Amino acid sequence: MTQPHGHEHAGVSLAGSVRALGPVETHADVEPIPWKTGRVGRVPAIDRQTWGESSQEGGKTGSFAGGGPTEASARASDPSTSLPVFPSSCSSENRAVSAAAVSASASAAAAASPSKRASRLPGSGIPPRRIAVILKWARRVCQVGFLALFLYFLFQTGFRGSFAARADAPVRLPLPVEAFLLADPFVAAMTVLSTHTVYRGLLWSVGLLALTMVFGRVFCGWICPFGTLHHFFGWLSPSKHGRGAARVEANKTHSYQRAKYYLLYAFLVAGVAGSAIGGLFDPICIAVRSIGLGVIPGLQYLSHRALGAAQDVHSRGVQTAADHTQDFLAQTVWQSKQFYFHQTWFIVFLLVAVLFANRFIPRFWCRVLCPLGAFLGVFSRFALFGMTKDHAKCTDCNLCLVHCQGADSPQGGVKWRQDECHMCMNCENACPEDVIKFTFLPNRRSTVVAPDTQRRTALAAVGAGALFLPAARVADALDVNYHPKVIRPPGAVEERAFLERCIRCAECMKVCPNNALHPAFFEAGVEGLWTPILIARIGYCEYSCVLCGQVCPTGAIQKISEKEKMGQGQAPIKIGTAFYDHGRCLPWSMQTPCIVCEEFCPTSPKAIWVEEVDATVRDSKPGQDGAPPAYKTVHLQRPHVDPSLCVGCGACEKVCPVQDQPAVYITSVGETRSKTNVILLENTNYNQKS
Amino acid sequence: MRGYESIVNIRDKSASEVSKADTAKPTRREAIGRLAGALGVLGAAAAGGRLLWDRGGYDVAASNDSRQVRDYRLAERDAVHAELAIARAAPKELGDDSPGPSATPEQLVRRAVEAMGTMAKFVSRGDIVVVKPNIGWDRMPIHAANSNPDVVAAVIKLAFEAGAKKVIVADGSCNDPNRCFQRSGIWRAAYDVGAEVVLPQEHRFRTMRLKGDVLDEWPVFTTLVDADKVINVPIAKHHNLAKFTAAMKNWYGVLGGRRNRLHQNIDTSIADLATFMRPTLVVMDAWRVLVRNGPQGGNIDDARDMHTVVASVDQVAADAFGCTLIGQKPENLPYLAMGEKRGLGTMRWETLRVRQV
Repeated sequence: MTQPHGHEHAGVSLAGSVRALGPVETHADVEPIPWKTGRVGRVPAIDRQTWGESSQEGGKTGSFAGGGPTEASARASDPSTSLPVFPSSCSSENRAVSAAAVSASASAAAAASPSKRASRLPGSGIPPRRIAVILKWARRVCQVGFLALFLYFLFQTGFRGSFAARADAPVRLPLPVEAFLLADPFVAAMTVLSTHTVYRGLLWSVGLLALTMVFGRVFCGWICPFGTLHHFFGWLSPSKHGRGAARVEANKTHSYQRAKYYLLYAFLVAGVAGSAIGGLFDPICIAVRSIGLGVIPGLQYLSHRALGAAQDVHSRGVQTAADHTQDFLAQTVWQSKQFYFHQTWFIVFLLVAVLFANRFIPRFWCRVLCPLGAFLGVFSRFALFGMTKDHAKCTDCNLCLVHCQGADSPQGGVKWRQDECHMCMNCENACPEDVIKFTFLPNRRSTVVAPDTQRRTALAAVGAGALFLPAARVADALDVNYHPKVIRPPGAVEERAFLERCIRCAECMKVCPNNALHPAFFEAGVEGLWTPILIARIGYCEYSCVLCGQVCPTGAIQKISEKEKMGQGQAPIKIGTAFYDHGRCLPWSMQTPCIVCEEFCPTSPKAIWVEEVDATVRDSKPGQDGAPPAYKTVHLQRPHVDPSLCVGCGACEKVCPVQDQPAVYITSVGETRSKTNVILLENTNYNQKS
Repeated sequence: MRGYESIVNIRDKSASEVSKADTAKPTRREAIGRLAGALGVLGAAAAGGRLLWDRGGYDVAASNDSRQVRDYRLAERDAVHAELAIARAAPKELGDDSPGPSATPEQLVRRAVEAMGTMAKFVSRGDIVVVKPNIGWDRMPIHAANSNPDVVAAVIKLAFEAGAKKVIVADGSCNDPNRCFQRSGIWRAAYDVGAEVVLPQEHRFRTMRLKGDVLDEWPVFTTLVDADKVINVPIAKHHNLAKFTAAMKNWYGVLGGRRNRLHQNIDTSIADLATFMRPTLVVMDAWRVLVRNGPQGGNIDDARDMHTVVASVDQVAADAFGCTLIGQKPENLPYLAMGEKRGLGTMRWETLRVRQV
């Protein structure tokens, strides 16, 4: 659209006009551009609310008073503008509306203008370009579609057997369920820095990076499923204090948005030092972890209780319906048994807290804490696609800010923040003055492309990231006081390399069919927070299963085959060793036959062997005539472990009937991935021939 | 707030403006109404308390249900057909070039069941038939830890041919059920012949009182016990604790909960289970038999091909014969004697009408 701009600046004293405007609304973090002209707000007033005030301030912008009516009528009669058709009435009214006077409350009033003719359209009523409307709807479709895809992948992260598979087919997941993590450039960057290699599928993240370098942070606005959740909650539930003027205020750029860059620097430097601790803050990891480990099992528990209560209803129809519903849900959303996870209360609590923050600051996570957003923000400086603003036309109605997702200053009079914008297209669609336009290769005079961080704070963040690793390592959890219950999944690499790679995405915990893997608390040290450990009391490692390695996106758990794991033609992979507590074992101390552990031991030959003994046991009932109980002999099979055969799967611990504190338990010693955490002389890696 | 306004208004009003309505006492009707309301609430609270009175005691007490038994046997046995049929294919000798077995598992099953009087004798038109194989372990058919999928498929086919409306295949596996059902080959084989395969899930278990000697209140897999006819299709194999496991011990699959406690008195628990579940027919799979390191096996060398299928109406006799396949003697298995003593069958299988086909 062409605008008659040329004559507007002719003969105007800029300094004088700025001073004459009165207090301009400024923010400490947003730079007002020096060539902001006094034309701001001088468009013909459509909203009658401001006429009353403006007539009092009419004399302020004195230098324009003379040129006002003629220009307004010139604009009104210009066929290229698309103002509503009542130019005569406008030109006859006083149009001096100053920028400062029109605050957020006036924007709300503008939107709810009592004028019958302009009641549907705010401001000048210029509709957005069609392409902007199309892009906004495309963005919504993409958001819903990618969230649905993410959830679908999450539901499919688990093994549900198939009637179509042959008995000897290797058990694999048909879908690439970790695809969102593979496409995550922050994960790739962290692991490249810590391991100096790129693990397989992480190369896909280059595609996402390329997308960012062309279009800016479209990932945040269009693709990220976690971001979509925040967007949804921000739209759904603004509190009484989060609406209207407060929302516009929250959507302006603030200095707390720098925090995510500091977090990013700290995490990347921690990666260089050798820790992938940044995975705790990666949004996709958080989504998988909190939804997969917390929300889905929680919903399963709830529905099990509800539908289980339906089973008690004495009606065959209701019972069958409940049965079928449970079957359907077990086939599509969760598994056929209830999954429990260690300390998910904490993980879900954090999720709820972060989603709740959207009531006050929309997209709080994305703006303030997300290191992936910060990473993409750093690279969006190269973007070819961006926003141009015609500041002269902006009336400060702030409609663009009402639904701005990125808090990137879309309003006129300040520079647009390219590193914060999520490309959601809400601003261009909302603006009634045709100020905002997204184009390729935009003019960058009023754009801030680089993150606005303070040097000292950035250095402090870098220092913190660098110091994290030595501080964590000097705490005794890794080198000296290794916790016996840190039993890693089969196929895991050696512990230091593991901590370089594990991004705590919880894919392995979600996929494990026996619910054996759980997020650690501080057993593996502070570095090991929420890395996977095997808790055999909850689930054991199925002997022929290798699914955890299939879904690990960074190679913390390698993609092993069944042959490697079970040791066909080579030594098997061990994750620990079983030990007997003779004081608790039924055959050993209570002269009661048992050997369930031996029955469940999956190795061949079995690592648990039994010794046949005849033992003396005292009867439980008193003898005749009140005599003390008699002694008798029982034939028992007493179990022993052969540590050279035991793979540490934990099946014995899981099935031991002394279930509160099993009489046989596994600990991590003897694991094949470690050169030092071993017992037997023959079993160290040093001795292997190949 | 409106009420507040009215109070303020009253105060602001002069004495003449205050109407009688503002200061008058409630009418008799209103007063009675309020009293009735108060009494009603109190009465409802009292009644609710009476209804919901906590009677104390522990929740762990067993329910007062009657003893549960599931007897699917035929009413009477006829005097013509076999009571124990042994179908054998010529076994392949080790080490020589003799050809494979002279019959497929399906043919053996058909022969054995025909000798028993054909499946039509056991399954009527429109029956819902449960076929209960052994799908306990995450092993492949070659390991012989689960029932042979071809044997299971043959039994299902026979049931459909005899007019069954629906055939259900289920088992309460020891390892992860998805893996067991898939890797045993039984899921695919059963699906291909049209059976409905049901995996064990928590909502399909219901607590029942079995009132046996060691088994009392246990969660039971309801899919397996709600049927018109039940056909037991176990695999004969070695068991390190029980010495041999086949028909009677196969009923472990109907139990949920922590079955691992049963091993403390395994023989009595097997007898209790066999008292609870009495099938219409037993088709014991001895095509490939695990002779060592049972019940799980894992080493291919632990299993031996025997190419045999045994059908019987007496699960005790079937087990008594089956243990001889792995070199055991029926006298060594205490649960057989217990079963005979309880009247579940006879361990002297030779005394039945035996037919070798």
